[in-house]
Amino acid sequence: MTAEALLRFDAAERRYGARNDVVAVGGVSCEIARGSFVALVGASGSGKSTLLKMVNTLVEPSAGRVLFSGEDVATLKPSTLRRRVGYVFQGIGLFPHFRVGENIAIGPRLAGETLPSERVAELLTLVELEPDMASRMPDELSGGQRQRVGVARALAGDPELLLMDEPFGALDPVTRDALGERVRELHDELGLTTVMVTHDMAEALLLADRVMVMDAGELVADETPRSLLAGKGGEVAQSLVAVPRDQAEKLAAMEESIAAKARAQSPSTRGASA
Amino acid sequence: MTGFWETLFTLGDKLTAHIVLAASAIALGILVALPLAVWAARSQSVARIALGFASLVQTIPALALLALFFPILLSLRAVFGESLPTLGFLPALLALALYALLPILRNAVTAQVNLDPGVLEAADGVGMTSWQKLTLVEAPLSAPFIMAGIRTASVWTIGAATLSTTIGQPSLGDPIFAGLQTQNWNLVLAGCFASAGLALAVDALLGVIESGLALRRRWQYGGGFAAVALGILAACAFQFGDDLFAKERAEGDLGPIVIGSKQFSESYILSELIADRLRAQGFEVTNRTGLGSAVLHGSVAASSVDISVDYTGTVWTNELGRRDNPGRDKVFETIVEWERQNTGIRVLGRLGFENAYAFAMRRDRAAELGVTSLEDIARVAPRLTVGGDPEFFERPEWISVRDTYGIEFGRTRNFSPTFMFNALRSGEADAISAYSTDGRLAADTYFLLDDPREALPSYDAMLMLSPRIGENEEVLAALRPLIGTISPEAMRKANFAVDREDDQKLSPKQAARELAASLGN
Repeated sequence: MTAEALLRFDAAERRYGARNDVVAVGGVSCEIARGSFVALVGASGSGKSTLLKMVNTLVEPSAGRVLFSGEDVATLKPSTLRRRVGYVFQGIGLFPHFRVGENIAIGPRLAGETLPSERVAELLTLVELEPDMASRMPDELSGGQRQRVGVARALAGDPELLLMDEPFGALDPVTRDALGERVRELHDELGLTTVMVTHDMAEALLLADRVMVMDAGELVADETPRSLLAGKGGEVAQSLVAVPRDQAEKLAAMEESIAAKARAQSPSTRGASA
Repeated sequence: MTGFWETLFTLGDKLTAHIVLAASAIALGILVALPLAVWAARSQSVARIALGFASLVQTIPALALLALFFPILLSLRAVFGESLPTLGFLPALLALALYALLPILRNAVTAQVNLDPGVLEAADGVGMTSWQKLTLVEAPLSAPFIMAGIRTASVWTIGAATLSTTIGQPSLGDPIFAGLQTQNWNLVLAGCFASAGLALAVDALLGVIESGLALRRRWQYGGGFAAVALGILAACAFQFGDDLFAKERAEGDLGPIVIGSKQFSESYILSELIADRLRAQGFEVTNRTGLGSAVLHGSVAASSVDISVDYTGTVWTNELGRRDNPGRDKVFETIVEWERQNTGIRVLGRLGFENAYAFAMRRDRAAELGVTSLEDIARVAPRLTVGGDPEFFERPEWISVRDTYGIEFGRTRNFSPTFMFNALRSGEADAISAYSTDGRLAADTYFLLDDPREALPSYDAMLMLSPRIGENEEVLAALRPLIGTISPEAMRKANFAVDREDDQKLSPKQAARELAASLGN
């Protein structure tokens, strides 16, 4: 890592249970450079969400530290920290009794500021929604529109870091693809640092520039998409990469066989007409 | 006899007292339930204990819960001093507030537990403090459900508040209890109508607020809240307006003398009689009607009621805890001395009649059997049917009669007190248990069996004065002329006038006037 580290996990650990014998995250150490787009991939229960939530202190580490811009997050006031860290998650969690605009402006409002309506309109435009949607109630929106509002809300406080926990998990594939690409564009335009938790390796490979794989609370691989596709990263990572790769190969084979049939039929058709 | 509508319009002060009581109880219930619900939503064990306790309270009948606060407050006097009221508003408020707790608590906890976890995670995610989360997210989203709980609690409380009459708190229960005892159905109906009407109106109004909260229509729930506040304010103004403008009481002024009565016609008549006498002498008087025996005795001892008529047999068993029968005069003298030493109640004297347990028969049937006393009836009892109210055959009075005379009735049947005389008239019972001053005995058709061996304890009516007025010479002078002047016949006649159901039926007040006139003093 040549760039400056915005986020550093320092033997971060989280245990649950009466005797602290259930390990969710077991001593993870790593650095995340400013400006990078990191995907945290793993099966359900691998500890990827828990690791993510340690950053904005929704989960407190049992041992170890998480440093954000060099400061231990445990020493920062939660409300201050969470303004600097945007959070998007699968449940979306728009406040049903607030208008869309009020939902987007909630972070600054908690800090005692009023977000100007032009800024709300701008944020809506950023996530490709109509600015007049600000006056709607959340239950008037589709699922995809709601998650776009969720992203706009996360960006409202001009965060340095964007945390996303299965952000597109509940969306249909078309919406999911479009919103994923839009988030990647925003990441680049706004110069964000993004950490996205997903169980979908294809999504991780396509959007991120660094993929970290977790298994049973441990970090088992930390590679670029390119090197993962080249077969690096070990057994767990490769078994995850194998899924989309097999699917892609099967699809390619199907296309190939359709094309071959077309080729085989065309001379005879031609022959019949001749 | 006053008609239903006329009766209804005389209930204004009961209605306002009812509203003030119910509103205070619900307000107290909310004040306790909401913080408890916030805590319970965050701790499983608190939720279990709080909801368990509130459910337990619900299983206690409202009447018992109200009565339970009397001994509780009495024992709390050790901590808070003698001025702690044990009857009236305070115990009614506490009992009803406890009753209101469950629906509010349960709805508030359920609403919070069922909040969308995504919304709560978002609240944390955007950096809300737990207070901001509570006020900006949890409270507004739970409000419609909490309102539904308050609505249920309000309807229950308004209904249960009628029972506070029994512990000396004026309410719409006053006309219901008084009407039930004197069989004045218009009075009962008017009380029920007013309390049901109040409950329905409040339910509808709170329903408007509830749906306003759910639909987030500010004008709707705001208007609803304003209407509720206005109603309570108006009730308070009627209730306390007089006190507000009244002059300060002069030093040494007694203030109103409170006359308490139990839940039957005789007690109502006598309290009206005493009230009339005192008013005629220029005293200020208020009535507390429909109190239970133990509560009334305790109130007189505590000077929250100043005058009552009690019965030797009741005090003998309930207060002195005695089961023996040393004879009529000895019982009375023992009570006078016991009250003086233990409660400070002054027993001014006996009114002249007793209202004892007795056995009544139809005159013609008794003649046919040749029976005039309990001794006689023992001989023919195996051929006869005796009727009693459901608890009578368990009472020491019956056991005493049975053992003293060796009576074995062929058959015993239970009737509710109202139907007892009907059973006697129709021949379904040959003899019934009765009270010796029952108005129905005023008719010639029935007569009471003699009790030559004094197996039945005496129930002489006594005039009881609270320590507060027990030494006040002017009060004593006004009441002394009543001692020893009311005969059993006069009392029966007055009771009959109130209990009868034809066009000659009188109110207790009217009957008290007639009784006073017949006493001629």
